[in-house]
Amino acid sequence: MRPIRLATAWLSGCSGCHMSLLNLHHHLLELLLKCELVYSPLADIKEYPAGVDIALVEGAVGNADNREMAALIRERTVWVVSLGDCAVNGNVSGLRNPIGREAALAAAYPAENGSHQRFGSDVPLLLPRVLPLHQVIRVDAFIPGCPPLPEDISRMLASFFKQPAAGG
Amino acid sequence: MPRLKLSIDGIPVSAGPGATILQAARANGIDIATLCHLKGLIPAGACRICIVEVAGGRRPVPACATRAESGMVITTASERLQAARRQIVELLLAERNHQCPVCVMNNNCELQAVARRFGIDHVRYGFIAPTLTVDISHERFGLDHNRCILCRRCVRVCDQVEGAHTWDVRARGTASRIISDLARPWGESGSCTGCGKCVQACPTGALFEKDVQGTRKGTLCLEKLLEWRRRRTR
Repeated sequence: MRPIRLATAWLSGCSGCHMSLLNLHHHLLELLLKCELVYSPLADIKEYPAGVDIALVEGAVGNADNREMAALIRERTVWVVSLGDCAVNGNVSGLRNPIGREAALAAAYPAENGSHQRFGSDVPLLLPRVLPLHQVIRVDAFIPGCPPLPEDISRMLASFFKQPAAGG
Repeated sequence: MPRLKLSIDGIPVSAGPGATILQAARANGIDIATLCHLKGLIPAGACRICIVEVAGGRRPVPACATRAESGMVITTASERLQAARRQIVELLLAERNHQCPVCVMNNNCELQAVARRFGIDHVRYGFIAPTLTVDISHERFGLDHNRCILCRRCVRVCDQVEGAHTWDVRARGTASRIISDLARPWGESGSCTGCGKCVQACPTGALFEKDVQGTRKGTLCLEKLLEWRRRRTR
């Protein structure tokens, strides 16, 4: 049986969901017996690879980079899971939605006249609205919580491992 | 008057004359989820979470606001009802800004509890994300329109129990807002007695008490409350 190819990704979030993943403690070792971690902000892998079985995606889609990454994840992954409230409903990352992008930028960077275009191409462009992941790509499962409980993460992974298609 | 005899989810039950379907169900150990309902207040049928099917009826009726009748055959948990309830809660979550982790009522919220009970792990609708205000002009309490679900418990408790009728609802549909007096800031209300019943009755974090820890639904420090009362009556 080949190991399950697991990826985790970090869009517009605070990394708290990844902290929850790390809070699996010794269960992480059991997880890594079954899985190969092929992409993650916790590992130094530069490019999201092809043929990923399951991806845990933290964070909302808040900027152009997030949107591009979300599309790439969907294209190269069998099972995409929204990890945590930002991915599920925008949550704290989406707090700017009621006032809009320009007003949020003006509030955060008053000296820059609210124009984030001035930062140049190094900083990804903020989208007009922060979107939950499932409004950008098809999502197969959801783990809500801010942060999600480690037990909920292991339960979700366990349900994936039980699927006949998983790993093979 | 004889007791009413009816059937709920295939179980024969009896109820006193004048009982609602909800009362008949709960008295017989059949739990129907509710949100705008609060025992002691006149039912409003505002949220429709408690809808049930009555055999022969064309559409579901709210159990909290429908009288039980002899011979009724009631279903509380059909697939259609469960789908409708889920949809109602998802629409409530999409209508205003419900960010649980930064809400004063996180883990004590009835909307959150209902969503959890129905297994709602995401919302299928686009979030409206309206721009809404928070009224903290009152000395002890605050009103956050972002969390309000328009259940009207505050309106009813203020009118029917306290007798002040400070609260009301202005406008219609998604433009509806809870207002104090004639849309004056709460702190300037001439009719509010400061009793806090609305805060206690609110199922979400829309009405909260300032400067208290825990649930934000009531002061945990009675001395502080007495001190405030003394200042008011002086």
